[in-house]
Amino acid sequence: MSFLCEPIGLSHYLTVGAFLFVTGVVCMATKRNALGILMGIELVLNGAIVNFVGFASPYFRDENLGLDGHMIALFVIVMAAAEAAVALAIALNFYNNHATIDVDRADELKG
Amino acid sequence: MEVFLPYLPSLLATAVLLPLVSFCIILLAGTRLGDRGKPAAWIATSAILASTILSFFSAGIWFAVHKTPVPHVVGDTHHVAEHHAPPVITGHGYTLASFAGADVSINYYVDALTILMFCMVTLIATCIHFYSTGYMHEELHGVVDDEALLANGESLRRPGRYARFFQALSLFCFSMLGLVISGNFLMTFVFWELVGFCSWFLIGFYVERPPASTAANKAFIVNRVGDFGMLIGLMALWASLGTFNFGDIHGSGTGLFAQMRSEENHYELKVPDGMVRLAAANRIHEMALNSAEPLSQEQLNAKVDASLTAWRDGTSSGDTTKYGYSLLMIAGLGIFCGCVGKSAQFPLHVWLPDAMEGPTPVSALVHSATMVAAGVFLVARSYPMFLPEVLLVVACVGCITLFLGATIALVSTDIKRVLAYSTVSQLGYMMLALGVGGWAAGVMHLVTHACFKSLLFLCSGSVIHAVHTNEMPQMGGLIRKMPWTGYTMLVGCLAISGIGIPSILGLPIGLSGYYSKDAILEQAFSFRHFNPVWGTLFFGTACGGACLTAFYMFRMWYLTFLGEPRSPHKHEHAHESPKAMVVPIVLLAVLAVVVAWPIYDWVGLPTLARTIEQARPAGIWQDMAGSHWNVTMPEESKGHVSAVKGPVGLLAFGAAISGILLASVFYLWKTLDPTDVRRSFDPLYRVLFNKWYFDEIYQAVFVRGTLAVATCVAWFDRLVIDRLIDSVAWLTVGIAGLSDYWIDRRGVDGLVNWCSQQTYRLGSSLRALQTGSLRQYVMLIVVSTVALFLLLSFWTYSLAL
Repeated sequence: MSFLCEPIGLSHYLTVGAFLFVTGVVCMATKRNALGILMGIELVLNGAIVNFVGFASPYFRDENLGLDGHMIALFVIVMAAAEAAVALAIALNFYNNHATIDVDRADELKG
Repeated sequence: MEVFLPYLPSLLATAVLLPLVSFCIILLAGTRLGDRGKPAAWIATSAILASTILSFFSAGIWFAVHKTPVPHVVGDTHHVAEHHAPPVITGHGYTLASFAGADVSINYYVDALTILMFCMVTLIATCIHFYSTGYMHEELHGVVDDEALLANGESLRRPGRYARFFQALSLFCFSMLGLVISGNFLMTFVFWELVGFCSWFLIGFYVERPPASTAANKAFIVNRVGDFGMLIGLMALWASLGTFNFGDIHGSGTGLFAQMRSEENHYELKVPDGMVRLAAANRIHEMALNSAEPLSQEQLNAKVDASLTAWRDGTSSGDTTKYGYSLLMIAGLGIFCGCVGKSAQFPLHVWLPDAMEGPTPVSALVHSATMVAAGVFLVARSYPMFLPEVLLVVACVGCITLFLGATIALVSTDIKRVLAYSTVSQLGYMMLALGVGGWAAGVMHLVTHACFKSLLFLCSGSVIHAVHTNEMPQMGGLIRKMPWTGYTMLVGCLAISGIGIPSILGLPIGLSGYYSKDAILEQAFSFRHFNPVWGTLFFGTACGGACLTAFYMFRMWYLTFLGEPRSPHKHEHAHESPKAMVVPIVLLAVLAVVVAWPIYDWVGLPTLARTIEQARPAGIWQDMAGSHWNVTMPEESKGHVSAVKGPVGLLAFGAAISGILLASVFYLWKTLDPTDVRRSFDPLYRVLFNKWYFDEIYQAVFVRGTLAVATCVAWFDRLVIDRLIDSVAWLTVGIAGLSDYWIDRRGVDGLVNWCSQQTYRLGSSLRALQTGSLRQYVMLIVVSTVALFLLLSFWTYSLAL
């Protein structure tokens, strides 16, 4: 239980990030609803961001790395927003054409 | 007049070119001239009329400058012509091509013979142009040709060809005049072929009639045979002498005539140096090889020049060959060969009678008066080059021809064929005359014959025009219907028979044929003096021929114009021809009477005999002995001494009169029935009626022979060459098939197919992965990532160990 007793450090960040990541992956792998999958993606991205932020922490190293990790986090958030917009548009179009957002039904391009 | 002399060539050239201009205009404008092509006739006629005026004007200039010598045809006067070359104007027009020292060019050679031919050709052509405007009037409208049947048995209907007729006539006049004025053999040959082409075109004028087109082709092909010989002659000249020019155009002594008969050799015929050099090429080669030290070109030339005379005369040591003599003989015989074809001499005479399928004015102009006389003209022109041996051949051919023509004419029933065979026979006379040394006699007969034969043809055309048949058995009694034609034709018959009275007031007087035929007989008689066997043969045949001539001409005249009409229907519709036809006939009749009269001296005009005497080539005034064969050409004045003239004149007169009497006995008084005679001489009649079977022999030997050879060659072609090629092709196909299967399909295609197959297979197996299920993809990514992570971890771990 030493992990819980320690002051907050890098491993705590990484643990949260890993948890978020796995949750997202599981969500993506199990959901049939396209929106659910999108949520899973967001979770995965957030897991990654937490990692970046964690590695950018002054506890991780003696010398200061500056704000590199934070900046990348901000980039990822912007990118995720754009990606969500595109994905939602696809989902809407898919719904318009097929009256469903079940991704299992979207198999027209299968080999 | 003298001031015009420099313009003489230009005047004559204009006279030559005017018909060409007319031809071009009619060719381009043709029936677009309006009035169904009638203006074409006036263009052509005015062109030839202008040429006539120019020709006679040129003659005036010429004879004002060059006075004619006194001829030796009168009495015992031995020739007074000085031994100098006749006046000649030569000149250069345009160079077509030029090689080292030799050139091919357009140039002219004008002497009294040229002037004479110009006047004769243009005058007769003008008469015939006028005549044609009347004779061809049917061609102004559409024509229904009863002699050309279509496949369904109907008569052919075609548009008239009035303009086309005059177009061809103009082209012919141009070619004929060009032939006469030409100053070298090449130009002569070009115009020679051009007149041949016009003849072909005009014989085949009614091209839809099978006999006409066949006759046209026959004429053309037979002439090719002669022209082939002519080409050989020209090659011999060109190869040895390097020039075709008659006269000295590039400095004195360069022309053919000057090379053969040089002034320093007193114009005697001598084998030219060029020919000796060519013939003795081996000796020159030997000389160059055998010399002790190497010779330069100049030294060799000098040595050769020194030996030329010995080689020429066959006097060089150990070698009596007369170098060059055979070459000169080949040249002469070759040129004569062309003349044989053009002038319808035995054995190429077969085309001329068939040529009568053309319209009658064409027969008159092309096939009796001018073109066929071109052969005689060329012999006369190249006379200075002919060796006595060649002349003997000329005489023999002429003799055979005159005999054949005369005998066949005896039994012909077609009025135009009688005249055609008569033409053949008279051309034979001309050749005989030239061949026995009678240059003036031959040329004179050429001119007089042109007059009376064109007259006879035009008369026969007038008759045919009236009764619409060529067959004399359907005529008879026409003199009452068409007196002008009848009496003018009688004049023609008398002229060709050579009727004349040997002496009135010391001058023999008669129709034109009398002078020329007597001159020929006299020359043949004087030929006997040196060559008894040949001379007797020639003289006998010529005398017999004179009798036959009179006989067949009067037979024709009696059958056509006298007696009862044998075809009343045709007789009823007969009528005198229109003025356009009668006027030229009358003009020609006058010409046929007066053209050879010697009385023009009295008013200072040149007579025919004097004109010809002036044109006599240099060196023909002396006896000429052959060195290969034993033959001597007597010089012409020997025929005119009274010892010859007296008996020969009587004989000729007797022959002509007996011929006329014989004809009268058969056809006028009907004392003897021609059918009886025919029956009693049936085999002979048959031979004559079938024209001595020449056509049949030629058909069997040459036509069949050619076809047989062609068949053999075709057989060889099919059985050997075709098979060979077929088998090569088969082999190629086989090899190609094999290589196609093994290399292309199995090799190249196989590789390509294998690659694509593998790619396809890979694709097929990979497509199973593309399920389209997102969750599956995610799982796959996760699992792969984890697997990769584990793998890397183990790898680093194992490395670390």
